[in-house]
Amino acid sequence: MSAPVKNPETQVRRPDEPLFKRLTRQQLFIPVAALALLVLFNLIADPSFFAVSINQNSLGNPVLSGNMVSVLDNASELVILSIGMTLVTASSGGQDISVGATMAIAGSVILRMVCGGQVTADTMQTPLILAVLAGVLATMLCGAFNGTLVAYFKIQPMVATLIMYTAGRSIAAWINNNQLPIINDLGFKYAGTFLPGVPVPTPIFITVLVILAFWLILKFTTLGLYTQSVGINANSSRLNGLDPKLIKLLTYVILGVCVALAGFIRVSRSGSINYSRMAENIEMDAILAVALGGNALSGGKFNIYGSILGAYVIQFLTTTLYKYDVPSTALPAYKAVVVILLVVLSAPVVREKLASMKKAPAKAAKEVS
Amino acid sequence: MQEGAVLEMRGICKYFPGVRALQDVDFTLREGEIHALMGENGAGKSTLIKVLTGVYPKDGGEVHIRGVEGAAVIRSPQDAQNAGISTVYQEITLCPNLTVAENMYIGRTKGAVTNWRRMNSGAGKILESLGIPASPRQQLGSCSIAVQQMVAIARAVDMECKVLILDEPTSSLDEQEVVKLFGLMRDLKAKGVGIIFVTHFLEQVYEVCDRITVLRDGQLVGEYVIEDLPRVQLVSKMLGKELDDMADIKGETGGVAISQEGAPVLEAQDLCSSAGIKPFDFSIRRGEVNGFTGLLGSGRSECVRAIFGADRVTGGHVKMDGQNVKIKKPLDAMKQGIGYLPEDRKGDGIVGDLSVRENIILAYQVMKGFFRPVSRAQAEAFADEYIKLLEIKTASSDTPIKSLSGGNQQKCILARWLLTDPTYLILDEPTRGIDIGTKIEIQKLVLKLASEGKSVTFISSEIDEMLRTCSRLIVMRDRKAVGELKGDDLTQTKIMATIAGGDEK
Repeated sequence: MSAPVKNPETQVRRPDEPLFKRLTRQQLFIPVAALALLVLFNLIADPSFFAVSINQNSLGNPVLSGNMVSVLDNASELVILSIGMTLVTASSGGQDISVGATMAIAGSVILRMVCGGQVTADTMQTPLILAVLAGVLATMLCGAFNGTLVAYFKIQPMVATLIMYTAGRSIAAWINNNQLPIINDLGFKYAGTFLPGVPVPTPIFITVLVILAFWLILKFTTLGLYTQSVGINANSSRLNGLDPKLIKLLTYVILGVCVALAGFIRVSRSGSINYSRMAENIEMDAILAVALGGNALSGGKFNIYGSILGAYVIQFLTTTLYKYDVPSTALPAYKAVVVILLVVLSAPVVREKLASMKKAPAKAAKEVS
Repeated sequence: MQEGAVLEMRGICKYFPGVRALQDVDFTLREGEIHALMGENGAGKSTLIKVLTGVYPKDGGEVHIRGVEGAAVIRSPQDAQNAGISTVYQEITLCPNLTVAENMYIGRTKGAVTNWRRMNSGAGKILESLGIPASPRQQLGSCSIAVQQMVAIARAVDMECKVLILDEPTSSLDEQEVVKLFGLMRDLKAKGVGIIFVTHFLEQVYEVCDRITVLRDGQLVGEYVIEDLPRVQLVSKMLGKELDDMADIKGETGGVAISQEGAPVLEAQDLCSSAGIKPFDFSIRRGEVNGFTGLLGSGRSECVRAIFGADRVTGGHVKMDGQNVKIKKPLDAMKQGIGYLPEDRKGDGIVGDLSVRENIILAYQVMKGFFRPVSRAQAEAFADEYIKLLEIKTASSDTPIKSLSGGNQQKCILARWLLTDPTYLILDEPTRGIDIGTKIEIQKLVLKLASEGKSVTFISSEIDEMLRTCSRLIVMRDRKAVGELKGDDLTQTKIMATIAGGDEK
């Protein structure tokens, strides 16, 4: 082919920009900045916030305790959920608002299995792994139900998942004949508390494993590319041989797996369940984590690490507020203020304004290039 | 300001990260003239328009508008509108779910109360005076694209604009609609409106325009009165070199007509799809370039979509290399070695937010499979190879494809399919809305592929492009294949006659 005029100068790489602008362009800028601010606030207000000590727990085992441990521990469910929520958001441009309710289903199924249908059980009646698998299966089905409505019936995700949101907790109660089963087997609580002889809360390990698993999945499969492609342009994706419907469905099923793991951790913490209160409003925090991570809620490109970070920021915030004795009834209001700030700061409009405040030197740099 | 000028832009500069999009560009528009803004993709036409209409802030220069003291401050499209500058974009920017009249008056009503009757009758009058076949109460989405475009113009006209910008208004219109649009433009010109006309169609420029301003690589090449600038000159100004590539291509065509024999690569019988085409037969040989021609909506695209499985196939048989195959979905076709560059680049082709690299490897990756991702390094290598081979202008392979110009996006899609090493490539309007330099490159590429033994189906609205590249044409009319032309029958008149139907005299 002959070469028509080409101007090599138009192919230059992005010139060196001021650090500030480069930073604000980063997707992870907001969650990292928020985390830094929270850390800074706590450092100034009361450095003892970060103190970690070894205490004896009720069983006499030495365990780590402290605010940071509790942040990492308590964020576990949210982190796991936010990963699945990110994928669902990316592929379908909408969110699953039923994750709290389906967590209750998973918890209910797991408890019914380990209690063997009794109201209280002192030992597990079913091997734990089977019970968890049953929970995973149940929420995968819920995910498949949601995903089918979204992908094949083209119902808006929020409306489609509203069904499970409304019905999920009743289904959870129905699974156990409206009874509140309690398991007293210590082995069951390992996942939600501590493994014998290990001072770090188990949920932290589970979360790390889940993150690792998704890192591997995204590395060794094309899930990331396919999900983004489908979320950005389903038509093009189809003409490139993808099945957009199947991929959307798949992301909802994957979220189902995440939900089951989160539900398992939650019921293992206490060994019991409260159908109407368990993981209440966690769907909103999960969606918020996705948004805080710099992911567009309208779908398309995503960064799961942003969402994970977002989830930890939310938990960090909650723990900080508790530490300063904000009453739990007032907590949502405080949280809302911070959230508004974060969301406004991460809005593209504001980011552009921030960037253009330092525009003059940026232009000079371009002239030179 | 100059005598008679309604708009003057002086020394306009605009930078994007890594790219100087406009540098010291001057532009003058006089009262009652149609002024063509020409240039290759990426020359800066759209950027200039967007600076003028306040979509982008400018980084330097001044804009003067008649009736505005001193330099005009245009910070938003609203400012531009208030200053008397109206724009009709290539893609319709109206609301399809509102009525025609609502679309014409949206954003312009004062106060909270709308007098629907007056609005509708007002809209009706304008539509009538401009000869636009639409009813004010009709939903805009139910009109054809051409009529929607005209409604957009009617809206602009009604706002008493001094400057009307038409950004590629004709790329989705058929010939008669273009004639109508030109009539409209001449009427407006007679009323003293200055019109900036951005287009890729040279014929159209010479049909309606008075002056031409040429941009290249973000810089002003010059402003010319149309009589002083013959076509060849214009093309060479746009490309920045003396050009006899057009002649070259014709020379090469002679070498392509070779493969009239040999077994067909693909054979289709009685193929039809859910898009409503009549069953048609089709075959293509190794190294052959053929095409579908016909008016817009005649079923050209639907035919190739049926071959690729893009629409639901409802009947017929397909053979690849003599073997019966079932193509139910695009992936089936891809596995048979078929590639398809769709007509609607934005809607069906690019995946906008993904990078150039990801867009290029997409089809290849899908064929490779879910559990076998292309490594980052490999993807980089592929992308760089094709960026170089097809001379794709992009800051890097990491740039989102949506920020590239149309022609470069199209090259990425071509790269995507070339990477899958197809035996049969379908190109549906690969040259629409892109500059003449790239058009020629693509046509040459098609011929090169054919000479390497690949088969290509090439569809274009421009018959002379088809004549230059195809050795056989299937003519479509009313969703039906009505004829096949080859050899000596491949002439403009013969094709026209077949498209039109009836007597072929």
